[in-house]
Order: sequence, then structure tokens, then C-alpha cells
Amino acid sequence: MRTLRAMWIRLGGLFGARRANHEIAAELESHLQMHMEDNLRAGMTREEARRRALIQLGGMEQTQQTMRERNTLPWFEYLLQDLRFALRQLRKSPGFTAVVVITLALGIGVNTALFSIVNTVLLHPIALPHPEELVAVDAAKPNFETGSVSYPNFRDWQRDNRSFTALAIFRSRGFLLTGTGDNERVHGNYVSSDILSVLGVSPVLGRLFASGEDEIGRGPIVIIGQGFWARKFGSDPHVLGRSLILDGRSFTIVGVIPRTFDLRLGPFRAEDIYLPIGQWPNTALTIRGAGLGIHGVARLKPGVTLAQARADMDTVSRHLAAVYPEDDHGLSASIRPLREAIVGSVQPILLVLLGAVGFVLLIACVNVANLMLARSNARAQEFAVRLALGAGRTRIIRQLLTESTLLALAGGAFGLALAAWGTGAALKLAPAALPRASQIHLSPLVLCFTFLLSFAVGIFFGMLPAWRVSAQQPQNTLREGGRGASGTRHRAQDWLVIFEMAAALILLAGAGLMIRSLVALSRTDPGFQPKGILRFSLSVPYSPATATPEGAIAWVHEVDRRIAGVSGISAVSFVDGSVPMTGDDDEELFWLQNEPKPSDENDMHWALRYMIEPDYLKVMRIALVRGRFVTDADREKSPPVAVIDEDFAHQFFGDANPLGQILNLSDPDQKATVVGVVGHIMQWGLDNDAGFPLHAQIYRSYAQVNGGDGIPASGFTSDIVIRANHADTIFPDIQSALRQMNLQQVAYGAQTMDAVIADTLAARRFSMILLGAFAALALLLASVGLYGVISYLVSQRTQEMAIRMALGADRGNVLAWVLKRGATLAGIGVGAGTVAALIVTRLMASISVEKSSIIYGVRPWDPLTMIGVIVVLMCVALLACYVPARRAASVDPMRALRSE
Amino acid sequence: MGDKTDVWQGTLALMVLKTLESMGPQHGYGIARRIEQTSGNRLALNYGTLYPALLKLEQEGAIESEWGTSDNNRKAKFYRLTRAGRKQLEREARNWEQATAIVARFLSPAEEA
Repeated sequence: MRTLRAMWIRLGGLFGARRANHEIAAELESHLQMHMEDNLRAGMTREEARRRALIQLGGMEQTQQTMRERNTLPWFEYLLQDLRFALRQLRKSPGFTAVVVITLALGIGVNTALFSIVNTVLLHPIALPHPEELVAVDAAKPNFETGSVSYPNFRDWQRDNRSFTALAIFRSRGFLLTGTGDNERVHGNYVSSDILSVLGVSPVLGRLFASGEDEIGRGPIVIIGQGFWARKFGSDPHVLGRSLILDGRSFTIVGVIPRTFDLRLGPFRAEDIYLPIGQWPNTALTIRGAGLGIHGVARLKPGVTLAQARADMDTVSRHLAAVYPEDDHGLSASIRPLREAIVGSVQPILLVLLGAVGFVLLIACVNVANLMLARSNARAQEFAVRLALGAGRTRIIRQLLTESTLLALAGGAFGLALAAWGTGAALKLAPAALPRASQIHLSPLVLCFTFLLSFAVGIFFGMLPAWRVSAQQPQNTLREGGRGASGTRHRAQDWLVIFEMAAALILLAGAGLMIRSLVALSRTDPGFQPKGILRFSLSVPYSPATATPEGAIAWVHEVDRRIAGVSGISAVSFVDGSVPMTGDDDEELFWLQNEPKPSDENDMHWALRYMIEPDYLKVMRIALVRGRFVTDADREKSPPVAVIDEDFAHQFFGDANPLGQILNLSDPDQKATVVGVVGHIMQWGLDNDAGFPLHAQIYRSYAQVNGGDGIPASGFTSDIVIRANHADTIFPDIQSALRQMNLQQVAYGAQTMDAVIADTLAARRFSMILLGAFAALALLLASVGLYGVISYLVSQRTQEMAIRMALGADRGNVLAWVLKRGATLAGIGVGAGTVAALIVTRLMASISVEKSSIIYGVRPWDPLTMIGVIVVLMCVALLACYVPARRAASVDPMRALRSE
Repeated sequence: MGDKTDVWQGTLALMVLKTLESMGPQHGYGIARRIEQTSGNRLALNYGTLYPALLKLEQEGAIESEWGTSDNNRKAKFYRLTRAGRKQLEREARNWEQATAIVARFLSPAEEA
């Protein structure tokens, strides 16, 4: 306490120091006078009296100094002095200061921007209590590592496991909302009762689902999200007890959950509405073997490890497989940390980018260290004089470090501004896969990071010149007239430049490979023509007119006719089941004619199923290889037909003619005749298709699969694809055409196939653009560094070159000499960089996005890329040298010599 | 002067506080002389260390100062004990007595019971 008070007063003493000094002098003077008077009384001479008094005081100046130091905080005062001096020094050379601050701002800025992304996405991907206990639970099956969990299995897992405090499931779906404002499509999730409590979400209003309310046959209730509450009900506090009409059924609102709940897990989006899973009017819900797109999350009991939970669930699923061999044979539980399930796919990319910005910062630091070194060489004489006059080396080093830290902090401040802008720009490119993208901001942690980074950077690049000064012998420097001992100094700078060149080359090579990968992907033929395709969804509520099969068929025809009537549309088809590139997949389970019926579904053959109308082939422009496609003649009552793709034909019929073969289909139980073969299309994404086990594809007539039913009371939703000249702008026309037909139906979720494909490549494009930007930055900084070193060299050697020219060397020789020097440095850097780049790109190749390597369709040592980046780097390097070389060559020898 | 002892580390503050307690407000020179007299002229007090010590005590709030006039009509800065200073003096005096008592027990001929 006392010390603190004293500290405060001393800090205050920094201001009003002059008055305090005056007072100290007065006090000591009065002391001296009194002492002298006493001495005089004791019989000394005046002179002797003063001398003795001074001796006993220990000297007037010294005592005053001690008191002054006690009066203020000396180290703080030194710091202020150093700061003031540093500011003066920096103001004297604004060019130097600007270059250093900009360089550092760039280096620190990109690091801050990326760190703020990493901070949110990787360090805090789950904004829920105890995220480390949360796991994603799926069913591992022969065709799917993380497949759907059936409802009966979920109930058994829930009952039998000993590892989870709670296990919950969800099924994401769209719902047609009617009767509350305009009809619209809302995103929702069927969930089991404790999903929100497992995740640690508390309601802002009302309650969560109680245990048991999620069972089949219970009352229809709904929980809504805060955003939906605000949008649809104006945040009315009396919303509880009101009802929502979803898919034609009425649900009572029991709770509102906060907007801050922003979990995204696969198809799960924390969004509009949550319904108990038991409310799902799907007859397959109670079938143990059904794959309905249900996935789970659970919270591990405290102290239970992942391995223990896996072992526990293995026991549970082995038991179930024994009891229900038909459905659960070969099925087990897959348990992954929730964090991995959420960020697993973006983590490697972000780490690569983090490494890249680290390089950029390193280059920036090296650049600044180089500039500081050059500057300290130029100031060698100043330091020598100060050393000779008795300044302590530590004081001079402290001075230099203060200067560099000041520069770094200024750079950090600008870098922060740059990062604020850059984060926004980067997020515009951010793939939808980046979790919590909307939450990314400059948090206090990020600010802290930037501050510490700037500080560390300041110390780092200030150390080199400081160390140089501390080793300096003043007499030598003074004797050399300040031009400095050239040899070692240049060598240090040379090494720094070589390092920069090498680092820039690594980044360029990485970026080059990413660009080549995307080029390779853009040239990949997906098996159809994406340009011109638009996909959207259409929801229609129940109406008596469409409740009969005939009514439903008439409705489908009318929709087709209305859409086809929109000008610019050349083909239209309802689609159900799998949709390429969207992640929506659906499977046909079947067995061949000559095979006995397998006892369980997992022993049947699987193929991706597309339920389509005849125009689908025209919409997609898929190649017809043999036979015919589905036609208008393939109606409800006509014999079932199937069209298969080449992979299907090859896998199941080999070289035999597939046309006329009979397939035993399981859903609905039909025998279908193969009537045609079409080309294979990429279902899973341009880069991912090979990584998925399921490739065989089967096309069924929409009418033959769905034609037997009318539109049920819950309403009906289907996807539609069209081909149009201007697919990206035609959607409003389609909407108005459909509204004219029926005011109740809602068309929504339009996306061009180009956009869908772009989304699948978003993670790659994101990393390519950022890596490219970082590489360009590295190239710029490295060439500025080279330029700086060569300029410095030229300015130091002006005299030497003047003498050479005076002795007959022509300007060309001088130009060549300077260029050669620059090229040598760049060349060594490029050589070292190439070796390092080969190692780094090999590492990059082992990193994968989803299921394929980040470097796609090109070898990591791709010679074209390597040669390309080497040429680019050398050209830029020579250009950077050319400017100072020209200056050197244009020196007027007479003037240069006379100026000394 | 060879038989004079230097002031031990940390005891100067105690002496200053005690002096101010017994003499009332006093200027630096007066305090210095008084300390020397009290010690029977056996302490060699470097006046140069006294003033920083006074400054420190003032910053810590144990004493406060004010310009006034000395006996022989000279302007001087007078120091006065504060309440906090009085408490500090009590506390430090007690500590000091304890410490010296302990050291004394070590140095005196053994007479444990």
C-alpha cells in the first residue's frame, strides 16, 4: 500500500519536475547555510566551513541527483527520454519510418486477420459450455462412415450406453409455414427431447422439451429460435401457447431459444424451429434399417474418454447386431469429437494459411531488420561518439530497442486497421463450410495477440542492430569516418535477403500449385453441363383437389407446363432423391435377377437413385450411351423401367449387354427393366467423387415412383431443375408464374448449378486466393528488401564505382556488376527456396480437404509450376536491382569523387 | 572519526520518525544534528542520504512537510509526523526491539533454563 502510494506520487513527480527540482535545491541550500553557520560558530574560516558542510552532505549535485531520482521514477524517465528521442529520430527520416511501418503493418495485419479467423473457427468453434465433452454420434455402415442413425437404434443406444450423460438426435428439414404472415419455407429440425439441454442451451422464454415429449404419438409442440420469434412475432412475450401451422399441422409454441445458439453440424443449423422427433409423420421412422438422415450428438460423462465411449458403444452395437441381424448386421456407432466433426475439414487449410502468414511476417521482419541494420550502419558514427562520451552500451541498446518497438507498435496499430478490413474481405470469400463465420471479429484476445506480436517483432528486428552496436569499438568506427567496416555487415544483409527470396519462393510455389489445382478442377468434366442449370424447391400445402393420385399428377403436369412457359426456359424436370453436387443423396437398394433375395438391406446392392422426368436429360445434358432415356410413356401404370449409368453397367453387368436386364427393386417393391445407359455424373463434387465408395447410378421415372399417391395432408415439397439461357436471373419469373397458378405454393431456395459447384470448391478457392495474396505480398516485400540492400550497396560504393569509371570502366560494366550482385543473391535464395519448396509442397500434398488432397490433379513437384514461379521471382528480383543499378551507372565520376 | 559507526541499512527511517516524535516539527538539518547528538556523536551520518530518506517517508505518507522559518530566521523546510507515521513508528520500534532482543540472546552468555 505504502509503496503503491509512493509510486503514484513519484509518477506524479514526472510532471512539475522543474518546480520540484527548484524546491530540492532550495532545501539543500538552506541546509548548507545552517551547517555553515554552525561551523563558523565553531571557529572555522568561511571557506573551511563551506567545504566541511559540502563534504558531509556528500556534494550538492550528487545529493540533488539522488533526490531527483527518488522524486520521480528514473527508469520511466529514461523510457520517456528514449521515446522522445526515438520519435525525433523517426521524424527526421519520414521515408524510412513510412516504409518500416507499412511493411510491418502488412506483416502484422495479415497475421491478425488470419488469427481472428483461427481464433473463432479453430480455437472456439463451439460456443457452448464444455465443448470438449461433446461428440458427434453416427452409424458406421458399409457404404457410409458416418451414416444415419435409425430411430429404434437410437432408443436402444440411449438406453444401453454407459458413457453419455445424454444422447440426442436431430433430423434437419424444411417446413412449409402457413397462416403466420406470408407463406414461407422455414428451416427446422426434428430433435429428441434433450438435444438442447445436451448442448447446454437455455431458453430465453418458456421451456425446452421435457423427457418423453419426443416419443411417437405425443402432443404437437414446437420451440422457436429468437430470430424467428423477432421476425414473425415481433418478439411478442405472449407468444407461448400460440400455434404455428407447419406442413398443414398445428404446433403449440412452448419455448424460445437464444440467437446466440449458432451451432452448425452437417445439415443441422441452429435456426427457426425445433419439433420433437416423434412428430415426424414418416412411416419409416420406426423401421430399424431405415436410413432417414438422422444424426446424433452426445455429451460424455465426466472422466469418460473417447476410447472408453467407443468401446462401450461397440459392445452395445454388437449386442444389437446379434438381436436384429437383419437390420443391424455390420452396423456400429461412430463417435467423433464434435470439434472434429465441425472444423475437421477446414482445419488443415487454416493451418496451411497460418504457416503462410507466418512466412510473410518473417519476411517483413527481415526486411525491417535489414533497414534498421543499414540505418544503424549509417548512424555508426553517432553511436561511436556517444560511446566515446561515456554513454553506457545498455543505454544505447535500450535506445535502439525503444525505436524498433515504437516502429513495431505503430505497424501493429496500422496492421490492426488493415486486419479489420482484411478479415471482412476474406470472409466474403469464406466457404459456407467455415463454422461461425459470422462471429469472427477482432476480439480482445485478437487485440492482445496483435499487441504481443508487435512487441515481439519490435524486439526481434531491433536485436540485430543493437547487438551490432554493442560489439562496436568506438575508436575503429571513428577512424573509418563512419563508413563502417563493410565486410561483415554486408554479409549479414546478404543472408537476410537470401532468406527472403527463399521464403517468397516457397509461398509462390504453394500458391502456384493451388492455382493449378483449381484450373485442373475447372477442367474436370462432371458428366453434365452445369452452365444454365437452375435448381429450386417448391412446396405446396394440402388441398382436396390434389389429394387424389390423379389430382397430384395433374398438378405436376400443370407446374411443368407453367414453368416451361416462362420465356428462356428450354427444359424442366421434377427431381427427387439424389441431386448432384448438393450433398443430397438417396439410394436404391436392389438385387439382380439371378440372385436370391438378400435377407437384410446391408447385403443388397446399393446405387445412387435419381427420380426424374423425361426432360431431365435435356436439363442436365448428360450423354445417352445406349438404349433410351425415361420417356413420357413411362407412366404410373406402364411397366417399370430403369436407366443406369456406365459405372452401374460396368460394376454389375461387366461386358454383358445391360439393356433388357431385370432389377429387383426394394422400394417400392418392383421389377424394373433396364432400358438405357447414360454417362456417369459426379455426384459428390468435382474433387471428391473418387473418394466416395458409392458410384453406380440409377434413374427412375418420377411418375412411376411417386405417381400412386395424392398430396398428403402435410403438404408436399419437391425439387425442380430447369435449363435456361439466363439461369441466374430467371427465378423471379418462375416464381410469378407459379404464383399465378396457385397463391398457396412457395418456390424457394434457387441456386444455379454453377453456384452449387462453386460452393463445393469454396474451401479450395478460399485458400487459393488467400495463399495467392500472401505469396504476392511475400514477393513484394522480398523484392523491396532486395531493392533496399542493393540501393544501400550502391550508395556505399559510389566512390569505388566513380574510381572504376574514372579508370575506364564504362557504364555498362557498372550496371552489369550491380545486377550480377543482385542476381547472385536472388539466385542463391531461389536455389535454397526450391529445395525447401519441394519439401513443403510434398507436405501440402498430404493435407486433404474433405476426401481429396489440397493439391489436386497436379504433382507437388510439378515442373511447370516450379519453373514458372522461379522465372517470376527472378524477373521481379532483377527489376528490383535494375533501379539502383541504373542509378549507380549514371554516377558522374568527377562529382562523386569531389564530394568526398 | 575512526570510531564512528555508519548508519545501518533501514534504521535511518526509524531514527527520523523517532526524532520527529520527540522533537515535534523539525527541518532536515535539525533532524540530522539531533540524530548525531542522540547517538552521542557515535554515528557518522551522511547528510546526503538523509534527504532522499525524508523524501521517501513523505511519499509514503509517514511525514509531511511545509516551508517555515528556523530559529535563526532562515527559510527551511519543516517535517512533521503524520498519524500514519506515528503508527509506522510504533510498529517499526516494536519490530526493532524484538529483533535486537533476539540477536542479544544469541550474543549473551548462555543462560537457558
